[in-house]
Amino acid sequence: MAGENVKHLTDAEFDEYVLKGDVPSLVDFWAPWCGPCKAIGPVIEELADEYAGKVQITKMNVDDNPTTPGKYSIRAIPTLILFKGGEIIDQVTGAVGKTQLVAMLNKAL
Amino acid sequence: MANTHHQLIILGGGPAGLTAGLYAARDRLQVMLVEKGVEGGQVLVTDWIDNYPGFPEGLSGFDLIEKMAAQAKRFELETKNANVVKVELTEAKKKLIFESGEELTCQALIICTGARPNKLGIPGEQEFTGKGVSFCATCDGPFFRDQEILVVGGGDTAIQEADFLTKFASKVTVIHRRDELRATKVLQEKAFANERIEFIWNSNVVAIEGEKEVERVRIRDNNGEEREIAASGVFILIGTIPNSEILPLEQLGADESGFVITDDEMRTKVDGVMAAGDIRSKRVRQVINAAGEGAVAAIAAEHYLYDWD
Repeated sequence: MAGENVKHLTDAEFDEYVLKGDVPSLVDFWAPWCGPCKAIGPVIEELADEYAGKVQITKMNVDDNPTTPGKYSIRAIPTLILFKGGEIIDQVTGAVGKTQLVAMLNKAL
Repeated sequence: MANTHHQLIILGGGPAGLTAGLYAARDRLQVMLVEKGVEGGQVLVTDWIDNYPGFPEGLSGFDLIEKMAAQAKRFELETKNANVVKVELTEAKKKLIFESGEELTCQALIICTGARPNKLGIPGEQEFTGKGVSFCATCDGPFFRDQEILVVGGGDTAIQEADFLTKFASKVTVIHRRDELRATKVLQEKAFANERIEFIWNSNVVAIEGEKEVERVRIRDNNGEEREIAASGVFILIGTIPNSEILPLEQLGADESGFVITDDEMRTKVDGVMAAGDIRSKRVRQVINAAGEGAVAAIAAEHYLYDWD
């Protein structure tokens, strides 16, 4: 099923899952009212399938989870942040294409 | 090995490109659409579209694009997600060079690379993009609930979005460099009637400042007087510039702003190269005429390919 490899994160899960995770994580900060966020949704699902076991592909709804976006000064979405070992190694804002996201994810491998 | 030559390539997957793709695929041309990001272009950032006929209740920019893409896919339009870094045009063929080094050639080319928001080019603008500086009210507006924010500009987009932003912000101050707005009258009337919108006339923003996020801007009025205004958000809505960096503009023919000039059939100066949508030099930039131009360009491509002219 499309999307089953995408983890939907909450503020409460963020530290444990992303910062202390065993593998790198991509967090897609999004909201249901954001057109570009919805447009990249299928790309995120494909990446979750392709990077299963290598990079955790996650999404965080910023309406339901205000703490983490606040911590990272996120005031525009979609913002995608790539974490490895608790540190940010790359981030991008806007409806970027799959090719660009693949290049970004490969930095974490 | 994948086919590297096509009858027709369409560069860009917004409303113009998707419509050109629909027409070309439906007419069974051997066509490929190349898009560097996700299909949709600037329409994706449009919250609500009330002036695209056939949708009496209106619909979101995202929904409209999804329908356009689905319609093109129904006719098996082939698409490729990759970034073109250069377009080379010779009499014999048209060549696209990709970031990966890959090259594709085609007999006919339709350029639909669109436009993007113009920038002020002032200190702090780049640094605080996504941290209070925004070019898209519908994307970022909800982050500014109960805050005081600024809109820079005086055209349709600026005034429509200033009104939209009052759904979230406690106060929206529009900073405009002239003493009157260029926006359509109906939008002006709405904005002037909105108690949460204030105007600062005859002034330019000269710097955006803060620690980690936007905290204030410096503005200068036409008499040279400078002052600071506190704000957590600055929405810069001052028109668009063409996505033309990869194009050989001298060959194609372009206006002084870099938009591509075409005839009524969307043909550029180069045989077999058409342009459609926001990349064209024109006055009206709406989804409806972008789509219409895409259709005209696809038919012009067919005429060129089959030597019907």
